[in-house]
Amino acid sequence: MDNQAHNEKQEYNITVYTENQIGLLNRIATIFSRRKLNIESLNTSPSEIEGIHRFTIVIHVTPEVVRKLAGQIEKQVEVLKVYYNTNDDVIWQEMALYKVPTEVIAEKALVERLLRVNGARVVVIRKDYTVFETTGHREETDNLIKVLQPFGLIEFVRSARIAIIKHSEGFNRKLREFEGREPHHDVVENEYLDRKAKGLYDVMYP
Amino acid sequence: MKEKQATELLDAKEATTITGAEALLLALIQEQVDTIFGYPGGAIMPIYDALYDYQDKLKHVLVRHEQGGIHAAQGFARSSGKVGVVFATSGPGATNLVTGLADALIDSTPLVCITGQVFAHLLGTDAFQEADVISISAPVTKWNYQVTDANEIPEVLAKAFHFAKSGRPGPVLIDIAKNAQLQKFEFKGYTPCSHVRSYRPKPIVRKEYIEQAAALINAAEKPFVLWGQGVILGSAEEEFKTFIEKAGIPSAWTIMGAGALPSDHPLNVGMLGMHGNYGPNVLTNECDVLIAIGMRFDDRVTGRLDKYAKQAKVIHLDIDPSEIDKNVKTTVPVWGDCKETLPALTELVEQKEHKEWLQKFKDYEQQEVDAVIREELFPTAGEMTMGEVIQHLNELTGGEAIIVTDVGQHQMVACRYAKLNHTRSNITSGGLGTMGFALPAAIGAKFGAPDRTVVAVMGDGGFQMTLQELGTIMQSGVDVKMLILNNQFLGMVRQWQELFHDRRYSFVDITSPDFVALASSYRIAGKSVNKREDLHEALNEMLTHKGSYLLEVMVTKENNVFPMVPQGSSVSEIRLK
Ligand SMILES: Cc1ncc(C[n+]2csc(CCOP(=O)(O)OP(=O)(O)O)c2C)c(N)n1
Repeated sequence: MDNQAHNEKQEYNITVYTENQIGLLNRIATIFSRRKLNIESLNTSPSEIEGIHRFTIVIHVTPEVVRKLAGQIEKQVEVLKVYYNTNDDVIWQEMALYKVPTEVIAEKALVERLLRVNGARVVVIRKDYTVFETTGHREETDNLIKVLQPFGLIEFVRSARIAIIKHSEGFNRKLREFEGREPHHDVVENEYLDRKAKGLYDVMYP
Repeated sequence: MKEKQATELLDAKEATTITGAEALLLALIQEQVDTIFGYPGGAIMPIYDALYDYQDKLKHVLVRHEQGGIHAAQGFARSSGKVGVVFATSGPGATNLVTGLADALIDSTPLVCITGQVFAHLLGTDAFQEADVISISAPVTKWNYQVTDANEIPEVLAKAFHFAKSGRPGPVLIDIAKNAQLQKFEFKGYTPCSHVRSYRPKPIVRKEYIEQAAALINAAEKPFVLWGQGVILGSAEEEFKTFIEKAGIPSAWTIMGAGALPSDHPLNVGMLGMHGNYGPNVLTNECDVLIAIGMRFDDRVTGRLDKYAKQAKVIHLDIDPSEIDKNVKTTVPVWGDCKETLPALTELVEQKEHKEWLQKFKDYEQQEVDAVIREELFPTAGEMTMGEVIQHLNELTGGEAIIVTDVGQHQMVACRYAKLNHTRSNITSGGLGTMGFALPAAIGAKFGAPDRTVVAVMGDGGFQMTLQELGTIMQSGVDVKMLILNNQFLGMVRQWQELFHDRRYSFVDITSPDFVALASSYRIAGKSVNKREDLHEALNEMLTHKGSYLLEVMVTKENNVFPMVPQGSSVSEIRLK
């Protein structure tokens, strides 16, 4: 791995599985604020498993920094597992809502076409306003703002990013291992220290 | 009568109705706690009320300030290896703990702090003495939790102790709302916690890394061991000694690791870091394999990182995976409990002696003796030095005492020169560098190791930060020897101003009260000496005095601690003067 690429900043998706404990959000947030790092996007919601929350945190840092951040997050006693992935390793989406005057939509065929081209969907139609929804990457949701702006866009909101890790096997099996009293090899494994997995092995032991 | 009741309640087959406060005390008893450092107040009164009935099982030491309480608990934990326990009330009581929590977190000290909190229904209303202690303490605790229902108490306390003492130890804070303390509930006994699904205090040791580490060590010509407090926290002193003796590796310590190997062990080559010994610093940049054991490459140890041990292959043994590869990139990461990894490594390393290599350390030591140490420990003229005080202390204690130090020049001098025969004998604020630590920590250390002599070595500045704890000494009758090395300056800051700020002595000139008279007003015996010929006898008097004693030694005002790795320099650029 050449040094240059190793030190370049890029976007990372940090996925964190946690116990659902009050105060944990604060603990995780301070791991970033302490290093004066700006979180680009943060989503936290219940995971598919009851009592376990999943965080998706987007951050723009170097590989070195994301590795340390992940280590510090995983160190929290109520964190079950942390993964970090580049954008190439995940499927990710953000959702956006747009509110525009209904009369414009009704009258302007052009708008309708633009919405269709941009993959938007109508959520509600009221007499005075209509709400559209679109899901996609940042550029896509941004694009529709630009498109709707001249037509009297009233309000806009975007969600945090959510991301699915392409090669993950899901957390159900992992959780059962966590619940076992005897530490399972996989559970106590630390990817960040694994020379082989990180392609460092050959460099270290030529 | 109550004593019997405690056992009955704990052994009871059926649930009994008790208050949250009482459940808390039963939990402490079950966790083998016998000493609590605390200070009462409104929001923790139900716990203090319950404590009234449990005084014979739980000794409570009334401190004079909550910061004193938590440092005492730290000293207790460090000398005894047990979990230190602190009680404080809500609001100001709890916020007074923050410095100690930060100190205990960075120095991995196991503590369980119980704070009172306002009634749950008042949370968030700016109630009297309400402070958001959970948020304030989150970054300085390993774990914290707010209890608002008494039913939670047994399980939460069990987790608190488990988290505090397992894995890499650290401070835990449990904030208990007053209503939960008062609430009667069905107590179904107390079960200690040994497993929490999200928490893996230690991993399964990966054999391949042990093998790779052993291979590197066996091939090394100039192996060098750096050890830290991890060896002590892991109770692996014996395993450590066996390892270095078999592999014949010169070993140096961080100040947190001091004492894990006796000072006079032939492979103990001295102290690392900014004011550490000459050889260990210089040779860090000459060794071929660096084996770090239970230490975390603090910047005070490494100096400039991009010039630190670049030539060496690095093996790092640590129980905290986030420490490995944090500051220094390792060749072989040995993640695990050193109580397990060290014996595994010992088995695979070849019996060796690295005579020539060890001799190099001795050569550097001789240079350091000639340039610094002789003059510091055995001056014949001029005013007294801090080093000679420690030298006389060594002669009198023979290395048997627990040395608690505050922060500053005297700390560096004491750590450099104090003779330590036993583990858990050096108690200092290493990571945070908290002035005011020593006096309360020494009180706690004595409660934690009542059979040992405890000497607090302090500066005239640091002593004045927590001197209110003289009151705790007076009232509890604890036997602490207080040794103030008075240079009439905030010495360490003055040294930096002299060396790096053109001698512009900006607010480091500190005036002190009559320390002996002060001690005497607390009914503590004391003396002040300023002549070399009185020093030895004065120290002897302090050590042999029955009960606490304060000795002030007037030392030379503008002495500097050397050697020194100036900030931003490489360890091999260490200066002898
Ligand atoms: C609470 C706190 N405040 C400030 C400092 C900065 N500081 C470090 S050493 C030092 C001087 C200590 O002076 P003294 O206690 O007299 O000890 P000496 O260095 O003279 O031995 C100061 C102010 C600190 N470490 N801790």
